[in-house]
Amino acid sequence: MIPLSYYLILSGVLFSIGVVGVLISRNAIVIFMAIEVMLNAVSLTLVAFSQQTGSPAGQVFVFLVMTIAAAEAAVGLAIIIVIFRSKESVNVDEVNLMKW
Amino acid sequence: MGTIFFFVLAAVSVISAILIVAQKNAVASALYLIVTLCSQAMLYLLLGASFLAVIQIIVYAGAIMVLFLFVIMLLNLRRDEFGPDKKKIQRVLAFALGAVWLIQVVAVIKLGLSKMSLSPVTPEAALETGSVQTIGKSLFTEYLYPFEITSILLLVAILGSIVLAKKKI
Amino acid sequence: MNPTFLFILITVIKVVVIVHIFMFILSYLTWAERKLLGHIQARLGPKNVGPFGLLQPIADGIKLLFKEDIIPAQANKILFVIAPVLSFIPALIVFAVIPFGDKVTLFGQEIDLIISDINVGLLYIFAITALGVYGIAIAGWASNSKYSLLGGLRSMAQMISYEVSYTLSIVGILMLAGSLSLVDIVKMQDSFWHMFIFKQPLAFLIYLICGIAETNRAPFDLPEAETELVAGFHTEYSSMKFGMFSIAEYANVVNVSAIATTLFLGGWQGPYLPPVVWFLLKMSAFLFLFIWLRATLPRFRYDQLMKFGWQVLLPLALLNILITAVIMII
Repeated sequence: MIPLSYYLILSGVLFSIGVVGVLISRNAIVIFMAIEVMLNAVSLTLVAFSQQTGSPAGQVFVFLVMTIAAAEAAVGLAIIIVIFRSKESVNVDEVNLMKW
Repeated sequence: MGTIFFFVLAAVSVISAILIVAQKNAVASALYLIVTLCSQAMLYLLLGASFLAVIQIIVYAGAIMVLFLFVIMLLNLRRDEFGPDKKKIQRVLAFALGAVWLIQVVAVIKLGLSKMSLSPVTPEAALETGSVQTIGKSLFTEYLYPFEITSILLLVAILGSIVLAKKKI
Repeated sequence: MNPTFLFILITVIKVVVIVHIFMFILSYLTWAERKLLGHIQARLGPKNVGPFGLLQPIADGIKLLFKEDIIPAQANKILFVIAPVLSFIPALIVFAVIPFGDKVTLFGQEIDLIISDINVGLLYIFAITALGVYGIAIAGWASNSKYSLLGGLRSMAQMISYEVSYTLSIVGILMLAGSLSLVDIVKMQDSFWHMFIFKQPLAFLIYLICGIAETNRAPFDLPEAETELVAGFHTEYSSMKFGMFSIAEYANVVNVSAIATTLFLGGWQGPYLPPVVWFLLKMSAFLFLFIWLRATLPRFRYDQLMKFGWQVLLPLALLNILITAVIMII
């Protein structure tokens, strides 16, 4: 069996990559993908703990996280399309007005 | 054997996660994200969570990422928008913040695990916890309420994305 | 010999044998399709290469291998090369969880005629089918041509739309069988009237229509509609890369037929004949249906296709689940 700490550190590393990705990229779609990486890192922690404690609760949470990720992707990409329609760009630096 | 698999998968997921951000081409970033997601699914399998591993591929790789690719291909974005930020200060700060965050996480894991008493689980018990039957049972008894709430969430998301993306309703 | 090593050895032998038989069926499916289409349209079909044109698939293979391999100048080279592989591999590995026979005893070893009986078998099939979209999407994008891109986008939209009903049509069977393992589902259908086609006729129809749409075959072959899109996503492909796309398409047809056989027609079970023969017979019936439909039906229009998928098939699939649940409770 692989020790629990390995999984936790891996998910910590993935989460940090996600954080850095959100901070340094300007393309809204890439920022979105970095957020997905962060969500997945957290899911990995939940699954690892759930298997360690023998309770399915953690895996149920991951299941719910996936539903939320799906909903988030649908709405988020719709927002990106709307921004692209009015600005011809998905650069987050250019999106600085609340209303167009 | 399991440890070798773990390190290979961990390396694949970390490297492809880095490449998502480093790529100039959004389609390539999306493909690297798919690689990360699939290696996560393999890690779930290694943990014995067979149901979640398959669901991860169906939902993430099969639905969410297809949507991403679809939008990227439809928008036909300009190339110069991709890649890391050109402002140097923002890049330096981002990496500094990421490093601080990582150190904190590792410290918390080390401190927390030393205080916990963990008993090793057998592979059979792990498979039992991750099986469809166990998860299904707890999803429909103990966690029925959150489960029903997600259905409303999905409905709202469908309506919201149609209202947002459609020019004329 | 130690048991782990023996298990690995048996599995590897099974994989090698099955992949070869699978490829053989695929190559002769192309022959059968051309021959049948020919006869349905009052032509003769291939007849010059070997007796009844039986060597035609081999000739085709050799021709494809020796053709010039063109990569367009403006294409994204890496993705252009990866795309055919990405659509080919998922089509091949689906077969790993489909049982095609009962246990047999060979050289004192009990062998299951299935590569791997995992307890999430059905979900595995859906997961791998879902991955099949990428090959087409990437091929469409990497070719850097308008026909390819349009074909690729169409195909993506079509596959995601029909995957929903495809998955939902199976849920009725899951409820009746109470298991995701295909071996258990086959064992449930132990006699003629216990076959799920009688208990789930609506699900069977929905599954079949969605299966045809998933494999991009006529009458749902919009991604490669010759009259408007040249050849769709594989317009720019030549040589063996093109060959891999068409093998993948035929492999998907065989997969859909094999899954339909397993889920609705009782898999390998049947009287008198050996199980493997029954499995192949039932599967060939579906393969014939695929070819017959291609010869008979005209192509749908794109808006009709989307409307049909979302407004007819999806509500029907949900209705099927509701009816199954009500009957199970009563």
